[in-house]
Amino acid sequence: MRAYSRPTEFNWWLTNRTYFFFVVRELTSVLIAAYMVFLLVLLRRLAAGPEAYAAYLRFLGSPGMLLFHLAALAAALYHSITWFRLAPMAITLRVRGRRVPGATVVAANYAAWLVVSLVVAWIVLRS
Amino acid sequence: MMAEQTVAERTITLEVFRYRPEQESEPTFQTYEIPYREDWVVLDALNYIKDSVDGSLTYRWSCRMGVCGSCGMMVNGVPKLTCSTFLKDYYPHPIRIEPLANFPVARDLAIVLDDFMAKLVHVRPWIIRRQEEPLEAGEYRQTPEELDRYKHFSMCINCMLCYAACPIYGLEPEFVGPAAIALAQRYNLDSRDQGGRERMGILSTHEGIWACTLVGECTTVCPAEVDPAGAIQQAKLASALGWLRRVLVPWGNK
Repeated sequence: MRAYSRPTEFNWWLTNRTYFFFVVRELTSVLIAAYMVFLLVLLRRLAAGPEAYAAYLRFLGSPGMLLFHLAALAAALYHSITWFRLAPMAITLRVRGRRVPGATVVAANYAAWLVVSLVVAWIVLRS
Repeated sequence: MMAEQTVAERTITLEVFRYRPEQESEPTFQTYEIPYREDWVVLDALNYIKDSVDGSLTYRWSCRMGVCGSCGMMVNGVPKLTCSTFLKDYYPHPIRIEPLANFPVARDLAIVLDDFMAKLVHVRPWIIRRQEEPLEAGEYRQTPEELDRYKHFSMCINCMLCYAACPIYGLEPEFVGPAAIALAQRYNLDSRDQGGRERMGILSTHEGIWACTLVGECTTVCPAEVDPAGAIQQAKLASALGWLRRVLVPWGNK
């Protein structure tokens, strides 16, 4: 028997909405990783002294970098929101023999996110 | 009578994937214009072609009621059971019918399913006991709640739509895949089973659960509401927690 194998096309992720949203979610990690690199450089500049730190802050304030940060924020939001939507698949909680509904699991994730954000905001803004 | 005849004159176009290895090295599409009936499913249309137009068309089917899982095909690019996909949902547009994606094609719409069969057995989908109880001890009992934990994962009809929907399986054919992992998880969650650790050695690998990047399309196309994507994520969570337990409490494991 001579079976015919169909190769996966390069544009497979454009053929279906779910595939597209999935690949976009995977690609958001590139922007988030780049953001982490700038953050780590910021720490190094801070260690190098106040002048180096101030110069780096000016660089981060440039229009291009502002645009990048907005894009990174959008990527992080997209990733978090689509990920929370999938959370009920992985987490099956049972309370008194009944499965906790998916919406509750999603809400708990958002609540945890809010709490962590508030703690971070408090640390950053208290001075 | 007149009304029936006008209805019978309506036609629908089917573009059907053909591959006849003895006469062609590349597949082609053949177009059939056949009578349109509102109560016909795609499988009825294929049977009409086979019976009245072209007896050489090859495809698999059996129960024609969504139980046997053998008539899965790509209908306009989406994996479907053709016995429950109605022509009226596409009419008057043409319908393109192809063999399930990601599998080699044996002939026309029939795929080679050896890989899937091997993977099903690979995950040890049966109740494993460290030591079998003697017959006199009676059956292994289970409460309705215990049954409820895995029941939906046991509803799989092995139709392979989830493999056709999974881009990971298309790109990495070594991936154990949605249905086999869901079946393994069905036994992992069974209160009578003691083979979870043995099975996790097979599942918690790069070709197993960790190849999955959660596209979720397997669950969307599943005709039996098995939720294989959920099974894989739950297996990931169980595997990660097991690893954490081994690292944090090294003396806690035999």
